[in-house]
Amino acid sequence: MSVAVTLEPPPAAQAALPRGRGRWAALPLKAKIGFAILGLYVLIAIFGPTLAPHDPSATKIVTQAAAPSFSHLLGTTSFGQDLLSQVLVGIRSTIVLGLLAATIATVLAVLVGVTAGYVGGAVDELLMLVTNIFLVLPALPLLIVILGYLPHTGEIATAIVLSALGWAWGARVIRAQTLALRNRDYVAAARETGERAWRIIAFEIIPNEVSLIAAGFIGVALYAILTSVALAFLGLTDVNSWSIGVVLYWAQSQGALELGAWWWWAIPGVLVALLGMSLVLINYGLDELGNPRLRETGGRVDDRGHVILRGRGARVQIVRLRRRRQRHTAVTDPTPVVIEARP
Amino acid sequence: MRFVARRLGFYLVAAWAAITINFFIPRLMPGNPVAALLGKYQGLPPDSARTLEVEFGIGHQGTLLHQYWIYLGNLFQGNLGVSSSQYPEKVTTVIGQVLPWTLALVGTATVIAFLLGTLLGIFAAWRRGGWLDQSLPVATFMQATPYFFVGLAAIEVLSVKLGVFPYGGGSAIGLSPGFNWTFLSSAFNHSVLPATTIIITSFAGWMLTMRNVMITTIGEDYVLAAQAKGLPRRRIIFSYAARNAILPNIAGFSLAIGYVVAGALLTEYVFSYPGIGLMLYNAVTSDDYPLTQGIFLVISLAILLACLLADAVYVLADPRARTRGSA
Repeated sequence: MSVAVTLEPPPAAQAALPRGRGRWAALPLKAKIGFAILGLYVLIAIFGPTLAPHDPSATKIVTQAAAPSFSHLLGTTSFGQDLLSQVLVGIRSTIVLGLLAATIATVLAVLVGVTAGYVGGAVDELLMLVTNIFLVLPALPLLIVILGYLPHTGEIATAIVLSALGWAWGARVIRAQTLALRNRDYVAAARETGERAWRIIAFEIIPNEVSLIAAGFIGVALYAILTSVALAFLGLTDVNSWSIGVVLYWAQSQGALELGAWWWWAIPGVLVALLGMSLVLINYGLDELGNPRLRETGGRVDDRGHVILRGRGARVQIVRLRRRRQRHTAVTDPTPVVIEARP
Repeated sequence: MRFVARRLGFYLVAAWAAITINFFIPRLMPGNPVAALLGKYQGLPPDSARTLEVEFGIGHQGTLLHQYWIYLGNLFQGNLGVSSSQYPEKVTTVIGQVLPWTLALVGTATVIAFLLGTLLGIFAAWRRGGWLDQSLPVATFMQATPYFFVGLAAIEVLSVKLGVFPYGGGSAIGLSPGFNWTFLSSAFNHSVLPATTIIITSFAGWMLTMRNVMITTIGEDYVLAAQAKGLPRRRIIFSYAARNAILPNIAGFSLAIGYVVAGALLTEYVFSYPGIGLMLYNAVTSDDYPLTQGIFLVISLAILLACLLADAVYVLADPRARTRGSA
């Protein structure tokens, strides 16, 4: 006879992190680069509109879109609008939308996930049913249908719709972690001493899920930014208030491709790609922090699969051949691993 | 058995939810397809509005519950109504026309991306820290790039500048679909560019999952045992390590197959490819509620079916999932 034993995903690594300045030093290089780029974008989002040299909507009568030059560093549109100003103004809306959607979705995910995992029983069944339904609804088509029919969709409405369709995955991951934490001894001890449920949740459980919540936040922000840019590009949001997607919408609808005005679509496109990449890098960095097996080797691997580290003066043999009690699964598959154990 | 029944129950509820959302969307939204159609064909007799409302199944006659019953009844007879933007075509006919384009393009691209990504992931994990593994960040960059940007860049360079591939439409203008060489070769030429961009932007996801899971399986004792036995390297890679690591990718693949039906909306938009995604976009922007509803329904049900398939594959491929089900 075999018994199914559930091993939770690797416990979050933040426990092992030193406080203060050491925390930044402990971050993998990927995460550092990601945070640096993201920080730059946040600065632009704050100061961009003040720095913009021109009014992004002001038109001039020109014969054609002008390539980048000293008077217009990123070139102009075929209406003579300054692209640098459009981008500087537009980044704010794109960033705000991404962060807003990610915040709403994360709060929803934590509420649903923790409640389902901690309370259990019929509540769990019901909440997970709703979560799973949201997971299988086709997000992009549904977004297009909803936003296409809502007239004059503003930033906030778009953010709400985006987060309504983006919270479900996070809720599932958080529920799995809560289920695992609920049965830990320290939580049982807290319960025995008569701590109230909300206190246990707020002070014993959620602090141990911070890295999962952070990863979920970054994931939703990435999805929200890419999707909102795509929706604006399709012309399904207000095309008169500037965001990077709106710049791309005008480039496409005014035939920037056919005009050969590459700067009109390529520069905003690269800007979105860089922003997306910074978020992906942060998430990979956080993954590596939590899952040592994914960590950068920083060296090469020899024939036997041993990792040779450079620059530290030593051949370090990664103990990959040692039996590990805790089997880490890739963080991309956060469902609990079920293994068979002999009684 | 209980497990199977529970899953089936879930999919029934999910299908009901999708159908119901589909019912409510046009009723909660402003705008009116009849007005749109009347505006398009000026000079229709005034009483035709009523007739059209009945024909589209959007007339607000009776209570909401009554409308819901009629809607469900029509659905089970396969009657999705009449499209207003493609009037007087039936919604099912319109979907039937665009679906083959999408299945051919997105289906092929998905399969190629899956195979390519999985293979590269296997090699990246085996040669940990090798050049393929080191180049993963580049693949990551592609993943974070907005899809349409890749599409636009491909069009700019290969189509506008170099003129290697045509762009716009599914085949040369004036050709009617059929099994003849002129049409097939033209359709192939038109699909190379969109398919390539889909593959470029999606293979990294498969590669990353495969690599991460395989790194875990390579560390297992049975792989070491296989090496100790002196088995050929190829056999160790594919029959031992990769075979046990491929499960998440296989499950993801069965889901991706469902999303094929959803089409690659942005791809089809950027390349003006006559698939279901572009048709959904057109339906939404021209207030064609019946067509929008029909396409959304087809997409939702296809994805539900794919999820069911993914579950089944998991249970068949992974004995541990079977244990979980019976426990």
